[in-house]
Amino acid sequence: MDYDIIVIGAGPAGMTSAMTAAKFGAKVLLLDDQPAPGGQVYRAVESADERTDDILGIEYAAGRRLTQALRSQHLIEYVPHANVWQVTDGHEVGFSSGGSARLLRAPWIILATGAIERPFPIPGWTLPGVMMAGGAQALLKVSGLVADAPVFAGSGPLLYLVAYQYLKAGAKVAALLDTSIKSSRLKALPHVGGALSRWDMLSKGRSWMAKIRKSGTQIANNVTELRIHGKSAVNGISYQTQKGLSQEIKTENIFLHQGVVPNVNLAMAAGIEHFWHSAQLCWHPKIDAWGRTNVDGLVVAGDGMGIGGAEAAQATGQLAALGCLAELGKIDVADCENQAKSVSAALVREKSIRPFLDYWFQPALHFRVPSDETIVCRCEELTAQDIRDVIDMGIAGPNQLKSYCRAGMGLCQGRYCGLTVQEIIGQETGREPEDIGYYRLRPPIKPIPLDELAEMEADPPANEN
Amino acid sequence: MKTNSHTADVIIIGGGIHGCSAALHIARRGLKVIVLEKDYVARHASGVNAGGVRRLGRNLAEVPIAQAAWELWQDMPALVDDDCGYRSSRYLKVARNETELSEARSRVGKLNAMGFKHEEVIDRETLRELLPAASESCIGALHVDADGAASPFRTTLAFKRRAEALGVRFEEGMPVLGVKRQGDIWILETPVGQFVTPSVVNTCGAWGGKLASWFGDNLPIEARAPMLVITSRMPVFVEPVVGALGAALSFKQYDNGTILIGGGVCGAAYPDENRTRLDLAGLTTFLKTARAIIPAVKHTHVVRAWAGIEGYTADKLPVIGRGEEPGIVHAFGFSAHGFQLAPAVGSIVSHLVMGETPNLPIEPFRVGRFDALPMG
Amino acid sequence: MFRRISKPQTNPIMLDFEGQTIYAQPGETIAAALLAGGVNKFRVTQEKGSERGPFCMMGVCFECLVVIDEQPNQQACQILVEPGMKVRRQRGAAEVVPLGGEVDHGL
Repeated sequence: MDYDIIVIGAGPAGMTSAMTAAKFGAKVLLLDDQPAPGGQVYRAVESADERTDDILGIEYAAGRRLTQALRSQHLIEYVPHANVWQVTDGHEVGFSSGGSARLLRAPWIILATGAIERPFPIPGWTLPGVMMAGGAQALLKVSGLVADAPVFAGSGPLLYLVAYQYLKAGAKVAALLDTSIKSSRLKALPHVGGALSRWDMLSKGRSWMAKIRKSGTQIANNVTELRIHGKSAVNGISYQTQKGLSQEIKTENIFLHQGVVPNVNLAMAAGIEHFWHSAQLCWHPKIDAWGRTNVDGLVVAGDGMGIGGAEAAQATGQLAALGCLAELGKIDVADCENQAKSVSAALVREKSIRPFLDYWFQPALHFRVPSDETIVCRCEELTAQDIRDVIDMGIAGPNQLKSYCRAGMGLCQGRYCGLTVQEIIGQETGREPEDIGYYRLRPPIKPIPLDELAEMEADPPANEN
Repeated sequence: MKTNSHTADVIIIGGGIHGCSAALHIARRGLKVIVLEKDYVARHASGVNAGGVRRLGRNLAEVPIAQAAWELWQDMPALVDDDCGYRSSRYLKVARNETELSEARSRVGKLNAMGFKHEEVIDRETLRELLPAASESCIGALHVDADGAASPFRTTLAFKRRAEALGVRFEEGMPVLGVKRQGDIWILETPVGQFVTPSVVNTCGAWGGKLASWFGDNLPIEARAPMLVITSRMPVFVEPVVGALGAALSFKQYDNGTILIGGGVCGAAYPDENRTRLDLAGLTTFLKTARAIIPAVKHTHVVRAWAGIEGYTADKLPVIGRGEEPGIVHAFGFSAHGFQLAPAVGSIVSHLVMGETPNLPIEPFRVGRFDALPMG
Repeated sequence: MFRRISKPQTNPIMLDFEGQTIYAQPGETIAAALLAGGVNKFRVTQEKGSERGPFCMMGVCFECLVVIDEQPNQQACQILVEPGMKVRRQRGAAEVVPLGGEVDHGL
């Protein structure tokens, strides 16, 4: 084996893991699917100009420190445009790069694959012109593109941030339709202490909202219903508030967001056990303080272990690397624990606001479990009605459903329907999430050209079957 | 004292397709049946196999059962009130050299002598008509024109529902933990207490050997994880189901354009943990075969791979027959080719349970043929 | 539609999209170039013939599939533009290029 550690994902967690490991002499391979490092939060930061920095903010520009440090670290072999489609419980990573598929082995593998946006199933959400707010932000970061007078709908810090960044870019925002609800805010109150300890983050968020309000952008609060209109593309969105106000807004672009969740596909397909996190309403890998999982050799860092943000990701990335280094004998245990102390303290500080945010912005049930007419599985074009019909037949588990009607069998591998299907089952049967479970995910977690797979070379020794 | 709800005329252990088919056929004879399934119906091989409804290429011992099953497959709605997603389809096993072709001819001769006319050998030209996408290396094929494919999960569920309509009770999440004989009856220990019956059917698939040993029968079985792959959608350009005479391959394109490819390569099976581990490097063998026979497939993507847990016997033939002790019938070990046979095997099992001579020849599948081998 | 907030660089990369010329920036994804060029419908689904466009912009939703130089199932949001690329919508299932090399536009 050539590498001591293979790190998957070059966001803040992955970059920090790789650099920490290399600092102590480990030979590291860093694989990432994007053309440049940064993950999603620091996407395209290397090529951002002054204007982009100004629009996106100093936290974004700060990511450049990480990418520059990464580039200067010569013990790290960094491979962009790498499509990692499998990680096994046999210390193997399967990935494609430059048209070839390869299977490499390493004693330790750090999964830092981050998060994706939670599905937001509402009528019309599959029409061209609808994007996730994180996607709109990526277009802004990577290509300096803004839409004309879009509508932002949903809840969560990222939604407000992108709307704010649009305004900073001089773009017009037609409206912000806020779906956060009072019952979530009430659930958050017991955790307000943690929030107040991060007054800096709270005031940042409030400054975004202030600017949005000052800009004259129409804002609707306590939105309880959303419907997107259009035949072959978006032409408007109508909403209804709790107070009974309703309106239709004409627009060609709608940006949806109701939180981010760990991107579990690689971890679950590797056999890593997960548990249901009731505040974040999603699956988290079961890990120890070093990110180690039930699978020997597999460690998780960053938002993929649970949403914590970019700073927390750096801390967990460091802890993951330190743990691996100790296992490899590159540092001794005492040294490792010493180094870890200050990192853990920083991590606690970063995560102190989490419970408050998790509950405050917890998406409402009616936006997680949609009406019958709404498409649930985008890839296979199945509606909530289709899913409920199958459940009515007594087929009431996500995997049985998948076998019966193809929900979750499309290319996205359940990333945009898995949570919805699971929660529909919960609503129809009254069962708890842990009991219902999730799709049984298998590799490849992203499609591989058949030709590439047929020609694949495996790192010796061959798989012991 | 046992309550009524835990006794039955027949208890079937194992809710895969063979268990569900047996349940249906036995219920049709008017008996009270309970099926005990340790996970959920069709959880394992029955729910995730390639769905091939195939007579082509079977071991000669299985052909009479396959032919009887074929007749039932022509009208599944009559049997189970559901079409099971069944589509009639040609099957081809292509030959890539003269030896393979001549072996195919001699096989057809043997079948004809047995009275079976469904298989024939076709030449290069006819092959190209039926399979324009075949590569130049294919010089002919073994052919059946009216086999087919169905949806395995849906089919198994259809048998279950029809059986339930006839009064069969299915207990899912109900493992059998141990077995005792008391006089004329079997006592089956489960987490909720004892189930009691004079007659047990063992359709436990990859776990069949373990169960068989509890009843005193030595029927070693190996749990394996045959891998399957599904591709992204392409326009439909392959109509028959395609295999190869000289290599393990199964290639089927569905109406929705996706292509299912299998090739007898196994991952790792962990039956005690209900899981399998894929060996993606191992897929390269049969992907290369698929590409060599149907070159255009290289333009597609592998979207997903999976492997169920299947039970294989030493001679790759199933066990179908009465055990040593009275009141035990086995039907398992179908070694990755049991799906098509199931509608007919259920009927055979019902005859065995009733103490009758089965309607189809089952000598090659007898219990006891592995007695020379160590306990499995 | 989408517009650029900074002045485009002087040497745009030219792509062909179903006969239309699209001016892209170096280092840009095909999805961004198409959006900037006023195109938001990238493919048509197989089952129901619905039009779809880019959605997540991070390579996990598989909505932005286009055909690039006759290679189907290409994620437009993941692939960088190159001069002379011929891009078209993926309609229904991916199209086959049989042995002869001629594109078969659905059977």
